[in-house]
Amino acid sequence: MKDTKNILLVGVGGQGTILVSKILSTGLMEAGYDVKMSEIHGMAQRGGSVSTQVRYGEEVFSPIIGIGEADILVSFETMETIRWLEYLKPDGVVVINDFKLPSAPILMGQVDYPEGIIEQIQEKANTKVINAAQIAEELGNQRVMNVVLLGALIKSMNLTHIDWDAVIRSQVKESFADINIKAFNRGMDAV
Amino acid sequence: MENIAPHKEIIAEWAPNEKVAVESAVGACYAGARSITAMKHVGLNVAADPFFTMGYTGVNGGMVLVSADDPGLHSSQNEQDNRYYARMAKVALLEPSDSQECKDMVIRAMEISEKYDVLVMIRMTTRVCHSKSIVELGERVEVPIKPYVKNVPKYNVSPANAKALHLVVEKKLKELEKFSNETDLNFIEWNDKKVGVISSGVAYQYAKEVFGKDASYLKLGFTNPLPLEKIKKFADQVETLYVVEELEPFIEDQIKAAGIKCIGKEKIPNTWELNPDIVKKAIFGTENQIIDYDRNLAVGRPPTLCAGCPHRAFFYQLSKKKNTMITGDIGCYTLGGAPPLNAMDTCVCMGASVSMAHGAKKVFEKNNDDKRVVATIGDSTFFHSGMTSLLDVVFNKGNTITCILDNRITAMTGHQDNPGTGYTLQGDITETVEIEPVVRALGIKHVRTINPLNQAETKEALNWAYGLNEPSVIISRYPCALKKYTKEDLEEFGPLSGYCTVDEDTCIGCKICVSTGCPAIVFKKDIKKSSINKVQCVGCELCLQVCPKKAISKVGE
Repeated sequence: MKDTKNILLVGVGGQGTILVSKILSTGLMEAGYDVKMSEIHGMAQRGGSVSTQVRYGEEVFSPIIGIGEADILVSFETMETIRWLEYLKPDGVVVINDFKLPSAPILMGQVDYPEGIIEQIQEKANTKVINAAQIAEELGNQRVMNVVLLGALIKSMNLTHIDWDAVIRSQVKESFADINIKAFNRGMDAV
Repeated sequence: MENIAPHKEIIAEWAPNEKVAVESAVGACYAGARSITAMKHVGLNVAADPFFTMGYTGVNGGMVLVSADDPGLHSSQNEQDNRYYARMAKVALLEPSDSQECKDMVIRAMEISEKYDVLVMIRMTTRVCHSKSIVELGERVEVPIKPYVKNVPKYNVSPANAKALHLVVEKKLKELEKFSNETDLNFIEWNDKKVGVISSGVAYQYAKEVFGKDASYLKLGFTNPLPLEKIKKFADQVETLYVVEELEPFIEDQIKAAGIKCIGKEKIPNTWELNPDIVKKAIFGTENQIIDYDRNLAVGRPPTLCAGCPHRAFFYQLSKKKNTMITGDIGCYTLGGAPPLNAMDTCVCMGASVSMAHGAKKVFEKNNDDKRVVATIGDSTFFHSGMTSLLDVVFNKGNTITCILDNRITAMTGHQDNPGTGYTLQGDITETVEIEPVVRALGIKHVRTINPLNQAETKEALNWAYGLNEPSVIISRYPCALKKYTKEDLEEFGPLSGYCTVDEDTCIGCKICVSTGCPAIVFKKDIKKSSINKVQCVGCELCLQVCPKKAISKVGE
């Protein structure tokens, strides 16, 4: 439906896209939206390309986002942005994590990690580049990189009216709540 | 299952395979309890035998079978459409299209099962299983266990009884067809009558997305038997009728056979997963505008065996064997067939590695070809159906080498326990079934258990097996690198610790360590040296052992 908003999160297995989509879906649901979330994580537990899709609005039908339909593409890994860019609306927003995870053919030295991805995307779309890994490391835990990106996403989608601190507290272990909230706020400030 | 496990009032178990699961549930159902069993689409192939007979006997307590199809083959070997199973087995069929319907339909299925004395199948697809939508909970209703009454004509399908039961089944199907025409599980949404859409499952959501309010819908939740009267009435009132369904023309063919005109698979493909884009393009010929860019910039990201995976260490040695056919099986280790290891020729279905190896070896022998055949199968897959295959090797005087890759858990699907782990679904301690005594009991005389991370031991075991002229088994035993070690694992294997590092002065850039396919090893093209990512490395020491220059050492043990 026309009023439905589409959020596409992409990355590499193990980067925590599913936790982000869980926090996101919970917050949107509590704010009164109809929400559908869909994820595909391929064959191996780790190392494959993963995507999670969140759709919200008055009434959502399909759980998956079509080509050219995403309002925002949040890429947890630089090269993955290219793999999924065709899903973005021509006037959509791209949030790119400036973070490279070389895939098997690159690790084996068969091909190089592609150059100039960010520059090319910046030419084509409304792009926000964020170094979530560095922010997470400054906070003392690289694993909260995903929640830094969530903060950037929330700011970019103007969803700041929802009490995300409370939602994060409800979705992560208590001992990790504070660092995740810090990560979220740093992500909001970064875009 | 893991969500059901904590409910003490529910008897919930992992079964070694789908046939066993269905049979356990059938027993529970005959004994008077409501029972449910769930599996992948291909799992129902394994369970087809009891499933078909359940079509004849019907139930005591309600029984539901959940079958999850995988259109798009996200992690499967085929795209079979299991709705045909329901029709063939003459059981009732429900197709939910979102999370709310999944919950509601289980309750409806139980009621239908008990009212009409039938097994009810719920057909899921990837996008229904791997998606979440808002669910409103209802009030819980306690249902007591029904008394068991011995009823040989109903529950014992000897030919004479089954002959009579077939007539009963046909009568039940007539009653179910009446139900199908009346139930609100099959409902009409009237909008513009120029276009009518019949759809089921997640395809209904796609149709709604594409046609919106410009079409009327007949949404089918109960699809075997089909509500042909309701369909006819709907068809009569719309100008053009589309059938939008994922995979095969299950609904469409039956509608057409009933003489109702409709458009379906001539426009909408029966291959791969459906989505709104495909439906839109097929019906209206339109596509969304997209950003123009160079897609080829993205390098492939195939799934790989994890850093420290014991399968890699085993396959590394196996890949060096010449004049060998390697049969594979279903699990993480199927990735052993991918580059750079390339150590697997075939993968068909669970348990097939062992029996296929036997058949292939017999043919090579008959053809005077001295090629060796090695079967590779995981621990839980061995318990699933590898055991009977190995029995075949012994019984029919085979001469294969069966390698059981025992990583102490069912790894690929997310670390579920199995008969070899010593723990039940609930995490309670149970008998640990050891593979070696099972293999010996099946009649295999030559058995060795090895640590695959010890490359010399692995190489020696393979040479030993190749030197034999009788069937042998090598059990490659080491826990999955992602496994949360149990107390027993820690006692037996100790924790993996530290990480490996490359001395750049000694490294000659030969790339042998890279050829193991470990994702923690990066080949730096600029300096032509290997480098190890210490965050990813778990210190398995495979690279350290394969390095010809001893350029790799272990740090931080």
